[in-house]
Amino acid sequence: MAARRPYVRPMAGWWRRNPFYIFYMLRESTAVFVALYALQLLYGLYMLSIGEAAFDTWLASLQHPLYLVFHTVALAAALLHAFTWFNVAPKAMPVLYLGTRRVADRTIVWVQFLFFFVISAAMIGLALGG
Amino acid sequence: MSKQMPKRSNEPVFWALFGAGGVLAAFVLPALILITGLAGPMGVPSADVLSYQRVSAFAASWPGAFFLFLVISLSLWHAFHRIYHALHELGVHRGLPVVRVLCYGVALAGTLLTAFLLAAG
Repeated sequence: MAARRPYVRPMAGWWRRNPFYIFYMLRESTAVFVALYALQLLYGLYMLSIGEAAFDTWLASLQHPLYLVFHTVALAAALLHAFTWFNVAPKAMPVLYLGTRRVADRTIVWVQFLFFFVISAAMIGLALGG
Repeated sequence: MSKQMPKRSNEPVFWALFGAGGVLAAFVLPALILITGLAGPMGVPSADVLSYQRVSAFAASWPGAFFLFLVISLSLWHAFHRIYHALHELGVHRGLPVVRVLCYGVALAGTLLTAFLLAAG
């Protein structure tokens, strides 16, 4: 068994050798921040369920600079996720027809961006304005 | 069942959750992170943005609870499905039961805990 040692190309760090794959890994890594943010929100919901004092402790802890840095990076990751997600949607979904005409890929992309801006503006308006 | 029938994959179920979570995260997470992670804690424009009264009233309302449940659970399913497959690129190969159980286990536990907290609170 030991006599046959076929060459296996080393794969470690393969994605760092090509900008396309670096961007691919950057895109996939947005999931880490989506997961951490969802868990952080779940923890806030847990503190909310305990009562007002616990909730205020949680809210005050979010003022820590490390948390503000985390949420800034998470915001950037969420924006990158949204941008890349809207752009691949026409490739991932079934072909869309309006009457007999096929809806162009770029139309699907910009309609999503339009909805994104309307939803974001509504959420921010309701939360910060009301 | 015939011997030729390949074993059916459960991947479509996880892919559907990944897709649904991806859509929801793309549309609402940037604004939500801005509200709960930056504006709320910093008290911009006022200290009431995330006041206990406001947040508990939101979580107690049906639309608010439904929104929070979907955002937290689907974000977790989306993210852990993506992490599970991306780990393969880093040499942690899929098919390892421990990786699968850890990834989807956290998503499932988070979903159940969110439902419990919203139903109990």
